[in-house]
Amino acid sequence: MSSVNRATVTTSLSVSFTVGLYGTAFGAAGVAAGFSILQTCLLSLLTFSGASQFAVVGVLGAGGSAISGIATASLLGIRNGLYGLRMAPILKVRGVKRVVAAQITIDESTGVAIGQEDLGSGAMKHGFWLTGFGVYFFWNLFTLAGALGAQAMGDPSAWGLDAAVPAAFLGLVWPRLHGNFERALAVSAVLLSLALTPFVAAGIPIIATALLAVAFGWKVRR
Amino acid sequence: MTTIWVAVIGTSLIAFGLKYLGHSVPEKYLKNERVLRINTLIPIVLLSALVGVQTVADKSKLVIDQRLAGVIVACIALALKAPYFVVVISAALTSAAIYNFG
Repeated sequence: MSSVNRATVTTSLSVSFTVGLYGTAFGAAGVAAGFSILQTCLLSLLTFSGASQFAVVGVLGAGGSAISGIATASLLGIRNGLYGLRMAPILKVRGVKRVVAAQITIDESTGVAIGQEDLGSGAMKHGFWLTGFGVYFFWNLFTLAGALGAQAMGDPSAWGLDAAVPAAFLGLVWPRLHGNFERALAVSAVLLSLALTPFVAAGIPIIATALLAVAFGWKVRR
Repeated sequence: MTTIWVAVIGTSLIAFGLKYLGHSVPEKYLKNERVLRINTLIPIVLLSALVGVQTVADKSKLVIDQRLAGVIVACIALALKAPYFVVVISAALTSAAIYNFG
């Protein structure tokens, strides 16, 4: 492997810590929804996809069935499959390594990887692995902390975490929005997802924007 | 087995299956130029939509609150080419200030 770019390491660690911290909110939410500490921690270890995890504890906490919880969470997990599609040709891994890569294929690892595109495919790989493992470590650590001390931290909004997380994703996608084409695409994606939000189940507004990628990518750009 | 255990195990199995499926599509299907172009755009749209939803959606409602202020400050920081952690922290501080004292 080529040497690791310092900027890639800094970004990976900042993302891992910021997002990992949000695991506290998940740990607390899990316990508040009636999940045991073990069940809450297992979701972070095994499901390892924040949106899906919040969805399943949210649905069950509100009295929903296991099936509706699983369905909602899975809908939110579809985008990880799409990320896998994007990352596989860059990572080129098989066997156990592919199993590990798949488990850590989430918004953050993919986001950091595509954010390193200008530094080459080596930096994209480093960004993916560093962020994937980094988020895995902090997310699980803070899930346990949150589950144990749900009351101590209180409301994540009071700490600004509710804005830190979208800002973190915005910072990841920003370097890719260098032309009018990409900006138009990103704005369309935001508008479409928000327009759909009141009318369809959580998860669908985000996945639906994949259709915009198809529409925008269909023809060769000049 | 309780409902919660079924949900924990079911969610985890499907989550991994979806991730692994994406990694296992043979590369020859991704070599096509059109597929390649679309595949490059997919993370851009999904992450942009995620930012939008996390900023103004609250379950199925659209709400303008401290989060939007935080994300606008993040936009300004990004436009000024601020380092990544400054972007994230400025958003958190803005949002927390409005939430706690607004």
